[in-house]
Amino acid sequence: MTYIIIGHYGSGKTNFACNLALKLSQEGSTAIADLDIVNPYFRTADQSEILEAAGVKLVVSKFFTSTLDIPSLTFDLGSAAAEYDNLIIDVGGDDEGAKTLGRYREALSDKPVTVLYVVNFRRYLSKTASDAAEILREIEAASGFRADVIVNNTNLAEETTAETIKDSEKECQKLSKLTGIKEIITVIPEMIDYSSDNRFTVKIIVKKPWN
Amino acid sequence: MKGNEALAEAAIRAGCKCFFGYPITPQTEVAAYLAKKLPKTGGQFVQAESEVAAINMVYGASAAGVRCMTSSSSPGISLKTEGISYLCGADLPCVIINVQRGGPGLGGIQPSQADYFQATRALGHGDSRVIVYAPNSVQEMVNVVNNAFNLADEYRMPAMILADGLLGQMMEPVEFPETETAEVKKPWATNGHGGSREHNIVNSLYLKPDVLEKSILERDKRYKDIEAKHTTAESFLCDDAELVIVAYGATARVCKSAVNASRAKGIKAGLFRPVTLWPYPKKELVAASSNAKTLLTVEMSTGQMIEDVKLAIECKKPVEFYGRTGGIIPTPAEVLAQIEKITKTLDMEGV
Repeated sequence: MTYIIIGHYGSGKTNFACNLALKLSQEGSTAIADLDIVNPYFRTADQSEILEAAGVKLVVSKFFTSTLDIPSLTFDLGSAAAEYDNLIIDVGGDDEGAKTLGRYREALSDKPVTVLYVVNFRRYLSKTASDAAEILREIEAASGFRADVIVNNTNLAEETTAETIKDSEKECQKLSKLTGIKEIITVIPEMIDYSSDNRFTVKIIVKKPWN
Repeated sequence: MKGNEALAEAAIRAGCKCFFGYPITPQTEVAAYLAKKLPKTGGQFVQAESEVAAINMVYGASAAGVRCMTSSSSPGISLKTEGISYLCGADLPCVIINVQRGGPGLGGIQPSQADYFQATRALGHGDSRVIVYAPNSVQEMVNVVNNAFNLADEYRMPAMILADGLLGQMMEPVEFPETETAEVKKPWATNGHGGSREHNIVNSLYLKPDVLEKSILERDKRYKDIEAKHTTAESFLCDDAELVIVAYGATARVCKSAVNASRAKGIKAGLFRPVTLWPYPKKELVAASSNAKTLLTVEMSTGQMIEDVKLAIECKKPVEFYGRTGGIIPTPAEVLAQIEKITKTLDMEGV
């Protein structure tokens, strides 16, 4: 299976993608591709240590962190999808980031694909279901992929509480209605006590340097 | 919000009506956000053909009495410095954002604090000064944007927000306070005399030495007034501290973790964090370090602010330095190791 992670920049795609990779790596061979060429901060590729320790293959541009750390994609996602049981593709933020995905449509067509749309309803530009639906439409138009699953990753970083997540569920249901996407995953950080249908517990992997 | 977006939203809320900029990592989201939102609030967004063009557009908008802003990152700020000097010379207010990256030259795209000298000493030629704020969180970035606009208007001069790539790119929760946007009258603005007054002229060229000297001295009085009234700083556990760390921006967050770790080990360390870099909070630092035996400056550079620290305390105490550069952020463990090394030496000397 190929999992494509899309979403607003800063919505928590990378943290979710890394957690998904760690989980899937227990079930089969897993690779994660960093397609974020828009922004060189807080990327999957920076988490190589924890991913490689779990046996996750990291697919990054061969220019990563070289003098040529420029927007470039030098890898073949089609063969990565064929080679591994699970391939996770962490896409750059917004429609700008999703443009890169379009070029791989053909190459990814041999295997089933699940597209997961990560959303944080506490982000200033995606506070409501209609904001989030509009961002998704832009991403879908730019990438040529349709989302199959909504990943409700509503959080306030270190200030996240069970209430933060609870409050977001109504908006998430609205988004589901607006977009016709029925499947919802609710992301719960491991230190938070909250139960929800389809919960997905995550470790906070993407950290700030002083934590 | 993301730091860069927070800067942009705070500018809109502070009444910024014109933004001129040119994209550069790691500050591009400031422009991207304003491109979407500023026109909806009746403002103007222009992506200029270069940084030089953008700063000169700021000159024009500011001369017309409009609250305006530009934003860039290190190499782009270097390009703007000519225009900044002209803004200073013409007594024009504006806000300039620098989300610092590595240098010199093209440097890198990771965070840095190596533009301290430029920000506090050399944003332009001539006897010119720029108010410089160095926030250390996304929330503080929001808070200082409004202050920067207000002080710039009040004193008719540019103000800079000196952030870094980490602050610009990271996500943190923010609240937008009900801000008071100071309504400053601008009788000097070239916004149409309506047949009721003389033409206003905005200019920085004075060919007669006595006239130029007069204008510089008048401006210098305003600079001295700001130095007396508008320094800001935060002291953390400094009262009984034998070792006071001085750090600003993102580095101060790292140092705070290190101070907490050293306190847990029984080491009396504290943190002094300047929020304004010009004017430098000299008297606040003297007070915060009154019980200190030594000071330690930590920066993401090879040592720039350390000069202001030494000047502030008139070199009366030793000032040590620890820095990482090139885009590397010092870790709390590294800073703690420095604290332990210094305090060990102090104990051995029995000072």
